[in-house]
Amino acid sequence: MATTALPQEAAHAEAHELPFIRKYIFSTDHKIIGIQFLLMSLAFLGIGGFAAMLIRWQLGFPDVAIPGATILPETMAPGGYLLPEFYNSLVTMHGTLMVFFAVMPLLVGVFGNFLIPLKIGAPDMAFPRLNMWSFWIAVPAGVLMLSGFFVEGGAAGAGWTSYAPLSANSEYSGVFLGQQLWLLSLAVLGLSSILGATNYITTVVNLRAPGMTWFRLPLSIWALFITAILVLLAIPILSGAAIMLFFDQTIGTHFFDATGGGQPLLWQHLFWYFGHPEVYILILPGMGMVSDIIANGSRKPVFGYHSMVYALIAIAFLGWIVWGHHMFQSGMNPTLGMGFMISTMLIAVPSAIKTFNWMGTMWRGSIRFHVPMLHAITFVAMFVIGGLSGIFMASAPVDIFIHDTYFIVAHLHYVLFGGSLFAIFAAVTYWYPKMFGRMMDPFWGKVHWAITAVAFNVTFFPMHVLGAQGHMRRIYDPNQYEFLQPLQGTNTLITIGALVLFGAQFIFMGNFVISWFKGRKAPDNPWDDNGVEWTVHSPPPHLNFAETPVIYRAAYEYSSPLVEEDYLPQTRNLGSDSGPAAKPAAG
Amino acid sequence: MGSFLDWFLPPGASTFAADIDRIYYAVLIITGIAFVIVEAGLVWFAIKYRARPGRKATYTHGSMRAEMIWTAIPAVSVVALGIWSGTVWNNIKARDSIPEGALEYAVMVSQFEWMFTYAGRDGEIGTADDFTLRNQLHVPVGRAVVLRLQSEDVIHSLFIPAFRVKQDIVPGMHMAVWFEATQTGRFEIACAELCGNGHTTMGAMTTVHSTAEFDEWVASRPATTALR
Repeated sequence: MATTALPQEAAHAEAHELPFIRKYIFSTDHKIIGIQFLLMSLAFLGIGGFAAMLIRWQLGFPDVAIPGATILPETMAPGGYLLPEFYNSLVTMHGTLMVFFAVMPLLVGVFGNFLIPLKIGAPDMAFPRLNMWSFWIAVPAGVLMLSGFFVEGGAAGAGWTSYAPLSANSEYSGVFLGQQLWLLSLAVLGLSSILGATNYITTVVNLRAPGMTWFRLPLSIWALFITAILVLLAIPILSGAAIMLFFDQTIGTHFFDATGGGQPLLWQHLFWYFGHPEVYILILPGMGMVSDIIANGSRKPVFGYHSMVYALIAIAFLGWIVWGHHMFQSGMNPTLGMGFMISTMLIAVPSAIKTFNWMGTMWRGSIRFHVPMLHAITFVAMFVIGGLSGIFMASAPVDIFIHDTYFIVAHLHYVLFGGSLFAIFAAVTYWYPKMFGRMMDPFWGKVHWAITAVAFNVTFFPMHVLGAQGHMRRIYDPNQYEFLQPLQGTNTLITIGALVLFGAQFIFMGNFVISWFKGRKAPDNPWDDNGVEWTVHSPPPHLNFAETPVIYRAAYEYSSPLVEEDYLPQTRNLGSDSGPAAKPAAG
Repeated sequence: MGSFLDWFLPPGASTFAADIDRIYYAVLIITGIAFVIVEAGLVWFAIKYRARPGRKATYTHGSMRAEMIWTAIPAVSVVALGIWSGTVWNNIKARDSIPEGALEYAVMVSQFEWMFTYAGRDGEIGTADDFTLRNQLHVPVGRAVVLRLQSEDVIHSLFIPAFRVKQDIVPGMHMAVWFEATQTGRFEIACAELCGNGHTTMGAMTTVHSTAEFDEWVASRPATTALR
């Protein structure tokens, strides 16, 4: 049985107390690594958000100097006004930091690490040292990325998509080292992701506790498992493309530069062949964790558990054959438009299944509105808007008009912020007690949720309207165009919304930090949840379980008629339950 | 324009603008219905099924029939939408969609300007009476025109909102985009693809003339340069 094969080092470590540096810095404990990723990616979330504030100020109040920005050097914001080149760097770095250093590690790095072993009843990851490396490789990647701001020529400025040849040749962009640092950082970060994904896949396949069959896995674990497969297949494409572009910049290879016989569209194909699966890497774990939380909050089993699993798989698969929809107007052979259009539209089907099944889970429930549940419901409400707005650009003729406009910006933020980030808020507030052994303050949690939900919509909903008027994205001064001048009021409103949205996150940070030291001590199972992780102390000890748990039932047996309480943990033996079959979970 | 909830598109001024707008509004209606169902459902369930003393949640794992319904309806809708969109797409962007006898222009773009080369009096591009204007595109109303696009440096994107025209221009590739203006007037051209530090300034103007006015205007132009 796989579960008896404890990692050697870990088994040894149990015998004596580890020194501080091995316990908290170069730790091989998946829970500590998860928390390390959490602190790192929340810091990047703050930096990425701050970049967005500078961008929004320029668009909302173009005639007003940014308060306090006079401390920025002349090469960025002379007199408190952003330069166009710094604006381009901010747009690029905002997207890059949010995608690669905030949302992706928050979902995959934090919760992949923290939840997978705990929820499947394993003592740790299959490869704890690889896991440690995956974090300590991500740190220098982040340093490399941020260092772009401090080199001559500034940070990368060709957008987070870094389309060649603008990104390939410094003569075109004016950015020298910054663009190279950007590529090196992503190549290094890619290694971190690949190590992590290898670990997650192996762990889920091999280390499930006895009785934890595939269809007893919580949807969060299904989603993280499928995500890890996507990571393993997608990230190497980006790494390869990044190295090719790096060679274009440094040793004149011209893979993507037409002046030397290269093909700029090749970059786009490679980038989006990675980039579209990446979109699902950024949402699937959120979907999984929200499923766990909605079932808990509704006190009901997940509606249509099996179709939820199949829908995750279908979304992941379709995610592989739709990359061309980013390139409808790129000059790619228009005949390909039809195929990419139909495959893209079909993603609406599994997305609809998930949405209605979440609603079905709430239907006839007995809903507890704890803070994670509020965020989870908001996730559904906002993800739906992002999903539906995606149908507009999936239609290639409509995309002719809205491609590269704020309609796209609205769409991607409804998915990435309204979706992923609300899922992250839900998950952080839900598993915080298990991570830190203390409860977050529910009052300030609700205040943060309410302001965030309202300000989010004030910020991003009007962007659809901008897009419908043809307002281009990534544009420093829309007022250069007569047809965009009437939209200044909308842009100002959006900026006010964005400032409130950013400000509200300090409430979250305050609650996060203060609760860590002063919060109420968390019981083992504060949410009356069925998951295996809630059977152990908060926070769980090193190696998690005193003895290997045995799993008797599916993940979401809430309000089961078999018991008095409205929850029935996966590990609880009712006496009538037979033990797991002889070789139940050995993948 | 002042409304923050104004989802209407600006007026179209080309032959295929209405075809695109029709799909847009159809999608707006379909997604609007789905939006209302989901959001209203969430609010309704949240209120109706809130935890109250003495009531227990219903223990159920789902309903195959309900799931079939909400699988089938979106599936049929999006496939139909896809087929409809495909037809319109092919009419606008397929390589054989350029109408016979369209008036040709050669367009060379670079950071951060548009050079429009006109066919001149003989209506043929690449002849001695061609002339080139910077950031000025003049076209006749009611006649298809085709722009042969090339880029000297990076990727730019030709965007004429009123005509519902957008086409990236990739260095090293020859792209063509066509449209037929349906009304006279001035319509802005924008670059829609981030193309460098001056991207924001890369605007130009289309002027649509009546046929007579256009011919007169062309006749009055001296030849400036041959096609580059």
